[in-house]
Amino acid sequence: MKMTTTLKATTAIMLLTAGAAYADGHATHPETGEALASEQTFVYRVGDESPSFDPGLVEDVDGSKIVRDLFEGLMNQDADGNLVPGVATDFTVSDDGMTYTFNLRDNAMWSNGDPVTAGDFVYAWRRASSPELASPYSWYMELMSIENGAAVIAGDMPTEELGVTAIDDTTLEVRLSQPLPYFAQMVVHGTTFPVHQATVEEHGSEWTRPENIVSNGAYVLSEHVPQERLVRVRNENYWDNENTIIEEVTALVITDENTALTRYLAGELDKTQVPAGQFPRLSAEYPEQAVSVPEACSYYYTINMTETGNPALQDQNVRQALSMAIDRDVIAEAVLAGGQKPAYTFTHWSTAGFETPDIGYANMTQEERNAQAVELMAAAGYGADNPLSIDLIYNTSESHKSVAIAISQMWKQTLGVETELGNQEWQTFLETRGNQDYEIARAGWCADYNEASTFLDLMQSDSGYNDAKYMNERVDELLAEAKTSDNPQAAYTEVEQIIAEEMPIIPIYHYAAVDMIAEDLEGWPYNNFQQNIYSKDLFKIAE
Amino acid sequence: MISFIVRRLAVAIPTLLILVILSFVLMYAAPGGPFNSERPLPPEVLANIEAKYGLDQPFWKQIVNYVSGVVTSFDFGPSFQYKSQSVNDVIAQGFPVTLTYGFWSFALAAIVGVSLGIAAALKQNTWLDYLAVGFTVGAQVLPNFVMAPILVLVFTLWLGWLPGGGWNGGAWQNLIMPVIALSTSYMASIARITRSSMLETLNANFIRTARAKGLPMRRIIWTHAFKPTILPVLSYLGPTFVFMITGSVVIDIFFSTGGIGQFFVNSAFSRDYSVIMGITILVGALTILFNLLVDILYAWIDPKIRL
Repeated sequence: MKMTTTLKATTAIMLLTAGAAYADGHATHPETGEALASEQTFVYRVGDESPSFDPGLVEDVDGSKIVRDLFEGLMNQDADGNLVPGVATDFTVSDDGMTYTFNLRDNAMWSNGDPVTAGDFVYAWRRASSPELASPYSWYMELMSIENGAAVIAGDMPTEELGVTAIDDTTLEVRLSQPLPYFAQMVVHGTTFPVHQATVEEHGSEWTRPENIVSNGAYVLSEHVPQERLVRVRNENYWDNENTIIEEVTALVITDENTALTRYLAGELDKTQVPAGQFPRLSAEYPEQAVSVPEACSYYYTINMTETGNPALQDQNVRQALSMAIDRDVIAEAVLAGGQKPAYTFTHWSTAGFETPDIGYANMTQEERNAQAVELMAAAGYGADNPLSIDLIYNTSESHKSVAIAISQMWKQTLGVETELGNQEWQTFLETRGNQDYEIARAGWCADYNEASTFLDLMQSDSGYNDAKYMNERVDELLAEAKTSDNPQAAYTEVEQIIAEEMPIIPIYHYAAVDMIAEDLEGWPYNNFQQNIYSKDLFKIAE
Repeated sequence: MISFIVRRLAVAIPTLLILVILSFVLMYAAPGGPFNSERPLPPEVLANIEAKYGLDQPFWKQIVNYVSGVVTSFDFGPSFQYKSQSVNDVIAQGFPVTLTYGFWSFALAAIVGVSLGIAAALKQNTWLDYLAVGFTVGAQVLPNFVMAPILVLVFTLWLGWLPGGGWNGGAWQNLIMPVIALSTSYMASIARITRSSMLETLNANFIRTARAKGLPMRRIIWTHAFKPTILPVLSYLGPTFVFMITGSVVIDIFFSTGGIGQFFVNSAFSRDYSVIMGITILVGALTILFNLLVDILYAWIDPKIRL
């Protein structure tokens, strides 16, 4: 009883101080010194309701944003994507690179006042990999190379065997099955965030509802109307609450991006996405608000390399010719026109520690590429008198359609190739592509963590995501080597060169995130490659 | 009357059952599944998930389990996509939203439509009639997906009077534009049907007789002409009401209301089998119910119709 009273009193005092610091309109930002607006709310658009914002189950980008506000993991990222302390203040790595020891801060609290302990992480990690929870993201635990991860997920070992131990309340030990140089980067992902055991056990799958949830992040969930809105407000028990400026964060579900833009322009939103093709107009009209930053995804065409594919595409010359005949500058600058960059490598150009290797055809002019493409095509036995016909499929979307039409025109003009375009609804498309029931298919891939292997691992012969069914022993060898190497750049360069030579996939462009962001909203992590946004780092300046 | 209702309900049950089985089969025949994604799940993970939702069982058993769950405990199962929601939650959240704006749209469309139709018929070939006909033609070529953006452009962007979407717990500001956008074209259809039906009635012999007897015009219209006029309108209103309260996909998506239509479309795209089934059954049951109500109303208005 007494405990509750004390807590309430503390909360009230915290509220008062927070109010005094930021709500009077004359307050200034502690670091930049800018005058802050009296109303500190952040309202943004999401395209769809997230399947879940339970850290153990979260699987989509929008859901991860919610998880990052409601929960806090071992490490956070700053506006530039560098690791900064979260619940852990620091960590040490054993000499063999196989054991990570995280030191947890002793003042981290759950929203109900319980301390956040190493045991909460152990519980959360075991839960995320357990067959009972059946999380669609359980494979992330395996990807992190945690000891026994794969066996636990498959149900061959009890979850207690997972290589994570609470030494004491503030010390968490993680054992890996192989040294993973970028392991620390991976614990900023929502799947690794702690959950409150008592709450989860009491409420089961309904524990994330506003009336039940207990969380440890800078915000707590205050309202959730599925398919309409999700509101989170400042968590008074958060250890760094005094430095949180935004009071309330609201995600509004708005399916249509043009409608969302209208509502942004009417002042109802602080942030929304720019619909495809509208960036030039909007950046001319609202230069301070329309922004384009690199986004950690690559857009490419994958070629079916199995016998169910088009026999002509088994010929390396044909694949190279098709790739070279694509004028990527036109795609990036005229078709998309949102700051996207032409791609000649699969790995996104701005991935940390990745130097874009010298790829032969990247340095040619388009005329040279076209000329070489014609030669390659002739060498393969195709030309004006014997034109090649291919099928190209993409998932239904205006922007994929524009890209496909432009590319089929380029193929037609330069090589005389007849392309049959087909669009398929998403689920149908995934099945068609996954079953190698296609010739050429559109594909896109986004980084799970900021390191080149997140892209290149797809080229492994046995990768489940290798829809081209591309097999190359040398590539497999190089990628395995890169996993444990201190400087994997040489291996990545060689893999990219092999891909450019054999062309199982045709890289087309590297994504950019194209947004409208309100002028008074500051602290946006433009340089955070994965666009990991923490609402606690945002603030609104007085106009 | 009672035996009629009992008979109709008895037919309704097998109808619903056929609906359930057909939807179930069609749904499973569609390529893809609820747990496919850009990144295919490792087989052991997929096996865990399928076991959790009972998708590892043979097809016939899934149908039997599903139907028995619905019949015995009114349990439509968990949503496959929204991990903390059951289908009952989804319907409990989305249906009141749709019901609210659907009801107001229907009321607006029916009242204005019928009044306009009657007024136009009574003042045939006057400016009022031309205005009403002009409006109905105009509104008919402005379906809701055209109306909605126009309304938002005017009232949100230009005038700044109303929010451009959202539900906000059903605040009246959020209600106005969805109601207008949804009702306009129905209003026009109702006005058109009412007008032609009224004109036809006014030319009928029994009306001429009534006039010849020297009855006042008001009495002729309300006592003698109204009932026969409203019959064809009624048969249009029944299905329209069901259609409106079970959600216009366009309105739900355009105005981001969080209504049932939005869930329905999303569940179809993401193959959220249980939500698709739940909403299909809801719409099916309501359609059967309101058709029954319309039939009863018919009999009440026109004693010549035997139930």
